[in-house]
Amino acid sequence: MKLYDIAHSRAGDKGNTLTLSLIPYSPADYDMLQREITAERVAAHLATSVRGEIRRYEMPRIHALLFVCEGALDGGVTTSLAADTHGKCMSGVLLDMEIGGGGARE
Amino acid sequence: MQTIRIGGGAGFSGDRLEPAVLLAQEGNLDYLVLECLAERTIALAQRRKLQDPDAGFDPLLERRMEALLPVITAKGVRLISNFGAANPVAAARKIGQIARRLGLSIRVAAVTGDDVLDRISPSMSAMETGRPLSEYGQLVSANAYLGIDALLPALQTGAEVIVTGRVADPSLVLAPLVHAFGWSSTDYATLGQGTVIGHLLECGAQICGGYFMDGDRKQIPDPANLGFPIAEVTEDGSATITKISGTGGRIDLRTAKEQLLYEVVDPHAYLTPDVAADFTTVRLEETGADTVSVTGGTGARRPDRLKVSVGYRAGFRGEGEISYAGPGAEDRARLAGDIVATRLNGCLDRLRVDIIGIDSVHFGPGGEAKSREARVRVSGSSADEGTAARVGEEVEALYTNGPYGGGGARKSVTEMIGIVSVLMDRRLIHPSVDIFTA
Repeated sequence: MKLYDIAHSRAGDKGNTLTLSLIPYSPADYDMLQREITAERVAAHLATSVRGEIRRYEMPRIHALLFVCEGALDGGVTTSLAADTHGKCMSGVLLDMEIGGGGARE
Repeated sequence: MQTIRIGGGAGFSGDRLEPAVLLAQEGNLDYLVLECLAERTIALAQRRKLQDPDAGFDPLLERRMEALLPVITAKGVRLISNFGAANPVAAARKIGQIARRLGLSIRVAAVTGDDVLDRISPSMSAMETGRPLSEYGQLVSANAYLGIDALLPALQTGAEVIVTGRVADPSLVLAPLVHAFGWSSTDYATLGQGTVIGHLLECGAQICGGYFMDGDRKQIPDPANLGFPIAEVTEDGSATITKISGTGGRIDLRTAKEQLLYEVVDPHAYLTPDVAADFTTVRLEETGADTVSVTGGTGARRPDRLKVSVGYRAGFRGEGEISYAGPGAEDRARLAGDIVATRLNGCLDRLRVDIIGIDSVHFGPGGEAKSREARVRVSGSSADEGTAARVGEEVEALYTNGPYGGGGARKSVTEMIGIVSVLMDRRLIHPSVDIFTA
């Protein structure tokens, strides 16, 4: 199973920092994501793209996680040489992550 | 209880025009807010202003105002926008001209004071890197993020149109709420909730199903006809986000959650000039079709120093692309990239080769499946425009000097204006308002 099967995500950018939300379709999956999808696991998954620190914020009231990835955007939108200077495609890369077990399907 | 209706009529400089007109016509709005200014947009606008003192505002301003002015004057909607970019005064004059041409009588307030280039010193250190500004290229712009204290005097003039340069995006929405409800500038809990509302509106269609659609589970109705959002806000700050019925898209918990967290780097302290807003306490609830209620946002004391976006000349970016198809397409694309990199022989400051469709996003090795088509993209930077141009020239030369079957070569060179941020004591920043009458 991939994260894509149970959650959705939106990427954003601030300077050289990439932000990735991770929102389960079913709130019942929040606890599992909170337990399993640590900043370390996301860092390992994004290792070829994200060079800096990754911080994770928990948003239990809306059942969502937020990953803030430093140094992820080749200097940022204004001077990056990447095709996707904003890193907007990285939400899809996050959702490609393999996870074990089954989520609470809708 | 008194309520205020605010429409989010643009989420970026190039956003679609028609949904804002519909909002003004049918949204029963008190205010229409157009957010049109990204970090680098203002640096580019600053350069246009240097070449022409009457330029430097948003290139789409005229088209937007020609369509909107007749509607907002007929409906009594006040318009607030940062589309003044580097030159709010010239923008206000231009809006006055358009109004006269259309036979409309309006007042336009121009908010200035964000341009602080004369107060920037080379010893200031960039927040992103800690390095002094003197280590960057020639500085071309410095714009402080203004907040509601800059916008409130403009609202108090009664002007129908308020045009600004750099203002924190959520402040464009928070200011009319504070103006209408008389919230105290130290009631940080309520200002935090108002900032949440501004954040949800500031990207236009992004809370209505834009930047959201995917497969079966994230389908939205009539996506070609996406509506833009309306916030209906009550005096205590609680709000519902909705849109005009009959427009495309969807507003639900999923779209609202994605937008609440969009571009947030610390949800406990989302910093604006007005407040350190706390997004972690926000409650979202679906209260009807395409209607989400937003409550619980709070906040703490506003910062003493304001963020200033500093633009600098960062050299030139040269790019070239060419496609290959059929068996071995990916291998030929890689060979083409290697050939170009060898021919450029280290003359660029930075050079990057991507195979679009394979590794342009992932950076690392792709999957095992070979693609039926592949497009190689080479990108490099140099302080010298001619050297940067060599990237595209060498890619184009692959037509007759590269692997078989290359097609669709494109090349470009653009000047890069880099952006870094510094912090400035807010007492050094002096917003002011000029009124123009048409």
